[in-house]
Amino acid sequence: MPDVQSMVLEFVNKLRKRKIEGSQATARCTVELLRSVISHHRVPHANQASALIDAVKAVGAQLVAANPVELAVGNVVRRAAVAGLDLLDASDDDEDVNGKGIGYPAMSAAVVAAAARSTLRPPSLQTLLEGTPESATAPYTSSSGADSESKTADKSSITRKLKHDVIEGVNQLIHEIAGCHEQIAEQAVEHIHQNEVILTLGSSRTVLEFLCAAKEKKRSFRVFVAEGAPRYQGHLLAKELVARGLQTTVITDSAVFAMISRVNMVIIGAHAVMANGGVIGPVGVNMAALAAKKHAVPFVVLAGSHKLCPLYPHNPEVLLNELRSPSELLDFGEFSDCLDFGTGSGSPLLQVVNPTFDYVPPSLVSLFITDTGGHNPSYMYRLIADYYSADDLVM
Amino acid sequence: MESRRNPRAVVDPKVRQVGFFTSSQPDSTHQPDPIASESHPVASSISPSGNSLSPVMIPPPRHNSSDTFPLRAAAAAASAVSPSSFSYSTRRDFPDGSMTASPGRVSRASFSKPSSSLPGVGMDSMAAAKSSSVPASGLTTVSVVNMPPGLSEKESDQKKNSKPLKEKTTKAERRALQEAQRAAKAAAKAEGGKAPLVTSGSVASTNVKAAKPVKPSSQKNDVAVAAPGPSEKKGGQTEKDRKKDAPHPRMQYDDESRVVKAKRRAVVKQTEAKNRVELFRHLPQYEHGTQLPDLETKFFQLDPMHPAVYKVGLQYLSGDISGGNARCIAMLQAFQEVVKDYSTPSEKTLNRDMTAKISSYVSFLIECRPLSVSMGNAIRFVKNRIAKLPITLSESEAKAALQSDIERFINEKIIMADTVIVKHAVTKIRDGDVLLTYGSPTAVEMVLLHAHELKKKFRVLVVDSRPKLEGQLLLRRLIKRGISCTYTHINAVSYIMHEVTKVFLGASSVLSNGTVYSRVGTACVAMVASAFRVPVLVCCEAYKFHERVQLDSICSNELGDPNAISKVHGREDINYLDGLTNNANLQFLNLMYDATPSDYISMIITDYGMVPPTSVPVIVREYQKEHSLV
Repeated sequence: MPDVQSMVLEFVNKLRKRKIEGSQATARCTVELLRSVISHHRVPHANQASALIDAVKAVGAQLVAANPVELAVGNVVRRAAVAGLDLLDASDDDEDVNGKGIGYPAMSAAVVAAAARSTLRPPSLQTLLEGTPESATAPYTSSSGADSESKTADKSSITRKLKHDVIEGVNQLIHEIAGCHEQIAEQAVEHIHQNEVILTLGSSRTVLEFLCAAKEKKRSFRVFVAEGAPRYQGHLLAKELVARGLQTTVITDSAVFAMISRVNMVIIGAHAVMANGGVIGPVGVNMAALAAKKHAVPFVVLAGSHKLCPLYPHNPEVLLNELRSPSELLDFGEFSDCLDFGTGSGSPLLQVVNPTFDYVPPSLVSLFITDTGGHNPSYMYRLIADYYSADDLVM
Repeated sequence: MESRRNPRAVVDPKVRQVGFFTSSQPDSTHQPDPIASESHPVASSISPSGNSLSPVMIPPPRHNSSDTFPLRAAAAAASAVSPSSFSYSTRRDFPDGSMTASPGRVSRASFSKPSSSLPGVGMDSMAAAKSSSVPASGLTTVSVVNMPPGLSEKESDQKKNSKPLKEKTTKAERRALQEAQRAAKAAAKAEGGKAPLVTSGSVASTNVKAAKPVKPSSQKNDVAVAAPGPSEKKGGQTEKDRKKDAPHPRMQYDDESRVVKAKRRAVVKQTEAKNRVELFRHLPQYEHGTQLPDLETKFFQLDPMHPAVYKVGLQYLSGDISGGNARCIAMLQAFQEVVKDYSTPSEKTLNRDMTAKISSYVSFLIECRPLSVSMGNAIRFVKNRIAKLPITLSESEAKAALQSDIERFINEKIIMADTVIVKHAVTKIRDGDVLLTYGSPTAVEMVLLHAHELKKKFRVLVVDSRPKLEGQLLLRRLIKRGISCTYTHINAVSYIMHEVTKVFLGASSVLSNGTVYSRVGTACVAMVASAFRVPVLVCCEAYKFHERVQLDSICSNELGDPNAISKVHGREDINYLDGLTNNANLQFLNLMYDATPSDYISMIITDYGMVPPTSVPVIVREYQKEHSLV
């Protein structure tokens, strides 16, 4: 499949060069890519499942390696797996009960589920994304291969339908990702009231839609936007807000603490939400969260379900972060004599740190608003469990 | 009340110190303090601030007059340095003050002790000498330096120091005694009413307020020229004065009538910003960039303006001079020029005319840029000095005296203070430290450079923020000296705070509730640091302390040029907001300062030593007293 292959490569390149940014865009692109991978994958008659597995394996590995910090890629792939799975389970129940249920009567439910899933390609994809070594996946594939071989040989029509169902499930996921804004925005009226002052930072489409939804409901309020140096995404958000007729005030990032005492609510869009309820957001978010905590201002995080990540973070400030170019902070010309350019000219006197993300511990978050409603940080692990299968959570 | 107040202004810091020590050590000789020293530990053990119990510890004034003499003996024994007798009479008012704040002061003393015992202390001989004679050196260092009014030379040693004082005080001594007795009588009468002074806050505040009105009289005593008359008169109008003396409210720019009035007087033509931030209506919001050319063309029309003041004003306006110390020094030097070129018009007295002149200059400077607290304090000092110039002096003498006064203020309050701060702060830097600083505080820069000279091995994290990017200048200077630095922006502060061992911050002002008023963003850094359990040390000269209080950064602040926010310097790719600057829905808020709550601050390093933020009101009070003594 040269065209799919080139699409994958192109996407990987984009990810690697950070041409695609923002979890929303990345997630959508990933799902679309996955869909085309699945639909274009011409399954051989023999060993159909394992071939599919291999193909998606390769794609998933590439995508994750391209940008390990973009958790949405992993999330979406997992979600695709689960979505496909559900459908398949349903179809299994309908017409394939004999093959599955009888095949592994003595095994535990999890193993059965795993085996069932491995018939259809997504689950192995997961295992692969988690970086499970080949040996771990091998039993699945071999068993399922053996299983499916016998099955698909005589039931090719069923597998074709299964593939169609998987694509259907992925389509649903795409739809969900595209529509999560509206669902989150619908809840805006419940949270934003007349004459409120709202602080936000970073540029998030979810936040934009959320605020605009409240505005459309004739609520008048003002928005303070922290500019978010050095990327100045706040400027971008401010521009959009102004275009929609919202009262917007741009402040410097340093003024966040000064202004927080007059702010009624801090609303930010997350980059990713971890299973412990911690949030990875644009850099500077932790500062705002601390300030909000100090002044008892509610700190609200908007997150579409594709941002919910089943991982528990360890040292997220460093491990789930990314350092950008120093040129955003300093003019190279001015400081060229003291920066280390890797030329080995002695120890550099000057280092420049320019992280992209910030981690907010769950204790600083007051509320998550997802497309399924508002949730406490302590509830996130449960919510995430709804979206991902159990063996995703066990890393 | 007046009995307490009168002498206090005349307090001699040295003896105060001694008295303070004796009061905290139970073996001291004098009478009333056993009471105090008994209650004192209780107080300090119960409430860390110590303030809440202070009324209890006000010794009945009756005792004071009686213990004047034993006290004096004790004091004289303790410090043979300067037996200036003012202090004895003032002892009586002092106990309540010292008790009020004693825990803070004790801790301050303990802070400062190790620092003064450092080898590097010798910089100013006064400090060193002082520390040898009196344990609480940290506090006394500068005040001692400042005290002898006649002496401007810092290098003068103790003997030199004490001598003129002695001469001078003989006359005043008698007066002070008299006054003390008179005051004691009055106090005894008033005691019934005074006893239930309730909360600590009120005590403190009345004390602070009370310090002022006495100044003129005490000042004159100090110079040993004035007749004793005025001080008595002052005593009668305490109530009124006290009201007057609360820091009067600042100009509120949402008060239209006053704004119109101010505009009529204004020299600088300000055009109101079209897109004002509603929340900050009370602050001036003008278009930036228009005033400078306008003012330049007016140069020859502005007859009464002194060129030096004019120049400084323009420099403020264009931002060529920024930073509290630099602005203050520039202003004082301009005033020196003014004084030099001054000649009293006929039918006017120097005192009044010059005060008026200075006031008009100050209002011009305010139009150029709102005053910083440090400048406000300096102006208050200058005006004080002018008001207290003895009428007997000839014009040239008065001018010379004023000039040397201003010179001394610059030297002692700013330059010397910085060296003392550096000495203190350097003791807190150890090998292997990772120090974080924010913006470009001059005091901190001096500390870092000095520590580097001492061959301490440390790393500096320079945190910077838009739109001023002052940190880059600091970075440049530090790197030039060979200090290895890491540079980042304020958003990343929680990312780098993990590795930081100490945070050094500068301050524009420290308010008497312990709030540090500083470059915007300082509060963020301090907050994150305290969230990461990193100690926050604020370096600030004591002349920047102010008795005002502030809880947030909204009520009083300064607004910078809003256009600085929309335009990102050096980043042509960031132009999202081009063409939107006049949109009615979009405002830019360029705050200049913010208020850091005192609970984020571990320590304030001043020229009085290293103190916790709770001790700031004490220093404010001391400083005001000393203000009149300089």
